[in-house]
Amino acid sequence: MRFQGKSHKFGDDVNTDYIISGRYKFKTLDMKELAKHVMEDLDPEFYSKITKGDFIVAGKNFGCGSSREQAPLAIINADISAVIAKSFARIFYRNAINTGLPLLECDTDRINPGDELEVDLEQGVIRNITQGIDIAVTPLPRVMLKILAEGGLVEHFKTNGTFNLD
Amino acid sequence: MGKTIAEKILSKKSGLDAKADDIVVANLDFVMGQDGTSPLAINAFEEMGGRKAFDSQKVAMVIDHSSPSPLEGVSALHHKMRMFADRHQIKFYDIGEGVCHQLIPEQGHVGPGSLVIGADSHTCTYGAINAFATGVGSTDLAAAIISGQLWFKVPPTIKFQLNGQLPPGVFSKDLILYLIGDVTADGATYMAAEYVGEAISALSVEARFTISNMAIEMGAKVGLMEADDKTTKWVREHSTLTFEPVFSDPDAEYAMIKEYDVSRLEPQVAKPHQVDNVAPLSQVAGTEIQQCVIGTCTNGRLEDLRIAAQILEGRKVHPRTRLIVAPASRRVFLDAMQEGIIRTLVEAGAVLVTPGCGPCVGTHNGVPSDGENVMATSNRNFRGRMGNNKAFIYLGSPASVAAAAVAGQISDPREYLRQVK
Ligand code: SF4
Repeated sequence: MRFQGKSHKFGDDVNTDYIISGRYKFKTLDMKELAKHVMEDLDPEFYSKITKGDFIVAGKNFGCGSSREQAPLAIINADISAVIAKSFARIFYRNAINTGLPLLECDTDRINPGDELEVDLEQGVIRNITQGIDIAVTPLPRVMLKILAEGGLVEHFKTNGTFNLD
Repeated sequence: MGKTIAEKILSKKSGLDAKADDIVVANLDFVMGQDGTSPLAINAFEEMGGRKAFDSQKVAMVIDHSSPSPLEGVSALHHKMRMFADRHQIKFYDIGEGVCHQLIPEQGHVGPGSLVIGADSHTCTYGAINAFATGVGSTDLAAAIISGQLWFKVPPTIKFQLNGQLPPGVFSKDLILYLIGDVTADGATYMAAEYVGEAISALSVEARFTISNMAIEMGAKVGLMEADDKTTKWVREHSTLTFEPVFSDPDAEYAMIKEYDVSRLEPQVAKPHQVDNVAPLSQVAGTEIQQCVIGTCTNGRLEDLRIAAQILEGRKVHPRTRLIVAPASRRVFLDAMQEGIIRTLVEAGAVLVTPGCGPCVGTHNGVPSDGENVMATSNRNFRGRMGNNKAFIYLGSPASVAAAAVAGQISDPREYLRQVK
């Protein structure tokens, strides 16, 4: 899986309330609608700035807080291709992989807002085209790569009927 | 080499000799979802081709986050849950029964040694009764309802060795806030927390739930405690199931051991807008508070309402503030009525709302207005958490919130408790 787009940068501890506020998530299962409010409490204009394929880039502990799967789903439906952060909170990490949102852990200090990036998930590398550097990525555990490659946990169950992770 | 509680429970439930960082597929003892997460799980269940729940007695859904429904859209989601519960004959707790994390242990579904997942981040609450309980999302919940299983990465454990006894007027909430402030919001990410020591032994089971509840606020996957006589007694009073307590081995391997003496701890407060932005209450004393909230899965239990009533007895909620109280469950509500606690609170000027999440997550029951300060017994103070991103949320113990309600500003609860005869 390869993606190209530009970087939208955020800080540390971006919690799920910031990704999609509780005041929207309980109202609807319409993810396209929720997507319009993604990151709204941090940047009210964020949704209108996204070009299909762009990346959210952040500091440590991205996705901390609640277990709401609306968080990765809102990001996917806002046409973000992957989230790149120094580290992720664990429930968000699982939810993202289960719903098919790629995550990359690396030193994001080497990415500036607006940098053009190219990501190769299998190779585990981020090419920062603007700065002309390659950034190494911590590889995902094998189980997670498998689920992601199959398109998420729903697809995994559709094919296998249960867990088949060996 | 010995094992931690987390390693032992995941070994037993997976049938493997599991150590930290291994990945296992394990059998679940109980599975839970609430109204913010279940509707998506129901969709995923159907998309996955799910036909029935692996064991209808081991699956529960709870309506607590927006309860009763404040909006048409929410009503449709609630309807979806009711239909699902009916079709699959799972345990179902409708509006007014309480917050999921109060109900699941209170109704006896989980106990020592259980492996539990819930589609809610504060599922870690049940670690206080020695259950490996952790929060997941909706798709994991759907997979768990179908298969009765889930994959887990076995977490390394941080041990919190808590020595000494909490001084009067200082509660388990103050202790956990202090620990979160110390290790920070991601200090235990991907890890299990084990809380041990005389400070924990001295606490009631109710007070222990508060500590395990907030394990997630330091990033932890679970917040485990060992089962002692108090645990066994509490579980026997609430459940007819049999459980096998799990203890960590003396030579278990820990990622880190943090040792504290709690005997000098003061009341603590988390300041806006991060749970780890913790300070002694004395540093923010005098901050005016427009809305006080007592309740939630963190601190809405009988003991919490009792201490609030002690402070509010014969006093009035300050005219420039409001006090909203949400008992954690119907049973807590009834017990508090029986004890006269509800009367005391209402006479003092409190507003009682449906047992459930109350205003915690901003969906109903008390959204603050711009620029207002809120003090709550809940577990999160993120910007916008209570439905308004221009409000400021402080977190404290039920005693501290009750004191703020009386004074209209952040105040040391010990002043008020001293005056209680
Ligand atoms: S009370 Fe608050 S923290 Fe607890 S389950 Fe409800 S919304 Fe979540």
